[in-house]
Amino acid sequence: MERALFVIFALTAIVAALNVLLRRHPLHSALALLVVLGALTGLYVLLGAYFLAMIQVVIYAGAILVLFLFVIMLLNIRAEEARLERRPFFRWLAVPFALLLGAEIFYLVRTFEENPVPSGTSVGVTEAIGRELFTTYLLPFEVTSILILIAILGAVVLARRG
Amino acid sequence: MTTIPISWYLAVAAVLFTIGAVTVFVKRNAIVMLLGIELMLNAANLTAVTFSSYFRELAGQILVFFVMVVAAAEAAVGLAIIVLLFRHRETLNVDEAQLLKL
Amino acid sequence: MGVVVEAVVKIVIVFGIVLTCLAYLALFERKILGWIQLRYGPNRVGPWGLLQPLADLLKFLFKEDVRPTTPNPILFSVAPILSLVPALMTYAVIPFGDRIELFGREITLYITSVNVGLLYLFALSGLGVYGIVLAGWASNSKYSLLGGLRSAAQLISYELTLTLSVVGVLIQVGSLDLVEIVRAQSGAYFGLIPKWHIFWYQPLGFLLFFIAAVAETNRVPFDLPEAETELVAGYHTEYSATKFAMFYVAEYANILAVSALATTLFLGGWNGPGVERLPLLGVFYFAAKTAVFLFIYIWLRATLPRFRYDQLMRFGWKVLLPLAFANIVFSAAVAAIA
Repeated sequence: MERALFVIFALTAIVAALNVLLRRHPLHSALALLVVLGALTGLYVLLGAYFLAMIQVVIYAGAILVLFLFVIMLLNIRAEEARLERRPFFRWLAVPFALLLGAEIFYLVRTFEENPVPSGTSVGVTEAIGRELFTTYLLPFEVTSILILIAILGAVVLARRG
Repeated sequence: MTTIPISWYLAVAAVLFTIGAVTVFVKRNAIVMLLGIELMLNAANLTAVTFSSYFRELAGQILVFFVMVVAAAEAAVGLAIIVLLFRHRETLNVDEAQLLKL
Repeated sequence: MGVVVEAVVKIVIVFGIVLTCLAYLALFERKILGWIQLRYGPNRVGPWGLLQPLADLLKFLFKEDVRPTTPNPILFSVAPILSLVPALMTYAVIPFGDRIELFGREITLYITSVNVGLLYLFALSGLGVYGIVLAGWASNSKYSLLGGLRSAAQLISYELTLTLSVVGVLIQVGSLDLVEIVRAQSGAYFGLIPKWHIFWYQPLGFLLFFIAAVAETNRVPFDLPEAETELVAGYHTEYSATKFAMFYVAEYANILAVSALATTLFLGGWNGPGVERLPLLGVFYFAAKTAVFLFIYIWLRATLPRFRYDQLMRFGWKVLLPLAFANIVFSAAVAAIA
C-alpha cells in the first residue's frame, strides 16, 4: 500500500518536473512546479514529516508560487519562441551522460533493498520540531527572521518606481 | 505492509535535482530559471527529510525548515530583480542581458 | 480494512449533509435578505420556497456553457475545480461530535483527527487562491484579470491575520489537533460560564478571526472583487452554467467551513450541557452554533456597505495585523503567568 502511494507520488513529481522543463509558456511551467510541490508533500507525509509537509504547502505552494504567478501575470510574460539550434555538439554529449545518470540511478534503486525507512512513530511531530527550534537552534531561528526582514526591505526598495 | 528503501527516495530526489539543473542550463527565460532553482532546492529538501526519517534525527527537518524560509526570501528578492530587469529591457531573455550598461 | 470502510462511509455521509446544507444555505440567504429588506424571499417553488435549491440546480445544469476564446481552455475549465476542491477538503478535519457507540463499535463523529489539523486548514486556505487567479487569467478579459488579481491580493493579505489570530488558541491549548482543541473547551468556570475560548482568553482572537474570515470568503463588506456594480462580476464574469455553479458552491462551502471552524476554535465545538451522557446532542450544539455564524454572515450582507479596495487593504495590513500580533503577545503572557 505504501509502495503504491510512493510510486504514484514519485511518478507525478518526475512527470511534472519534466513539464517544468519542457513547457514553453512560463505560466505552465509554474503550474507544473505546483504539481511537483504537491507530490513532494505526499512524499513527506509518507516519510513521517507531517509538520514539514503542511509547511511545504503553506510556504512553497501557498506563498512563493503565488508570487511567481503574480509576477508572470502582471508582467504579461509571453511564451518563448522556438530557439534556433546553435550548439549541436552538446546534444551529442548530453545523451551519453543522461544514460550514465540513468544507469547510476538504476543501480541505486535495484541494489540497496535492505535499507528501509523505519515505520512506526514518526520523528517529525510539531512539538518536537518546535522544541528543537527554540532551544538548540534558537540563534539560526532569530537570524533567519532578520534575514526575512532584509529580504522584504530589499524587494520593496528594488521594485519601487522612481 | 512493506516498507520503502531509502534509495528510492534518494533516486527521486536525484532525478528532480537533475531536471532542475537542466532547466537552469537550457532555459533562457529568467523566471523559468528561478523555477529550476526552486526545483533543485526541493530535491535537496527531499534528501534531507529522507535521511532525517531514516536515522530518526530531527536535524534534517530543521535544516529543511530553514531552507524553505531562505528559499522564500531568495524568491522574493529574485523576482524583484526580474521585475526591474523587465522594466528596463522589456524582455526576460537572459541572453539579452549580457552587457552591464544597456 | 474496516478502517477504510468506516472512513468512506463517514465521507459519504458528511458530503451528503454538507452539500444539502450548502444548497439550503443559498436559499436561506435569499430569504433572510428578503426579510431584512421587508419582502419575502423566494416562496413560489414548493411550500415556503423549500424546493428552490432544486430548481436552481436544474437551471445550472441545463444552462448553455458559454466558452470565451481563450488561449488556455484547459485552465479555464480547471480553475473552478481548483476553487472547489480545497473548500470541500476542509470538512475532513472538522469535529462534529464526540464518540458514539454504534453496532458495537466506537465511532468517532469526525472523519479524521490529524495531529497537524490546523496547519492542514491553513494549507487549504492558501491553495484557494489558485482557482481565483487562474480563472481571472484564463478568462482572457480585462475585468476578469483585474478582479482575479485584486481578489487574490485581498486573500493573501487577510490570510495572515486569519492564521495569526488562531495562534492564540494554539498557545492556550498546546495542540494543533482540532479534536484536542474542542476537548480543551469542555467544562465551565465557576460552574456557570462555559470554558469556551471566546470568553477566556481569546475574545480579540475571535473578533480578528471572524473579520479575516469574512474577508477571506469574499463576502460583504469585503466583496469588492466580485461585486456586480464594480468589475462586472470579477473573476467569474466569463463563467456560466456548471462552472459558475462550482464557484458558487465553493464560496458557500468556504463560508460554511469557516463558520464551523469558528465554532470549533472559539465556541467550544460540540460542547454543551449534557453532552457526556448523550454524544449525539453534541452534533446538535455544533450545528446550532454554526448556524449562528451563518446568520451573522447573512446579516452583514444585508446591512453593511462595501469597502473600497484601498480601505480594505489598509484595514487588513495596518489595523488587523498589528492587533493579531498584540493578541499573540497577550496570549503568551497569560499562558506564561497562569
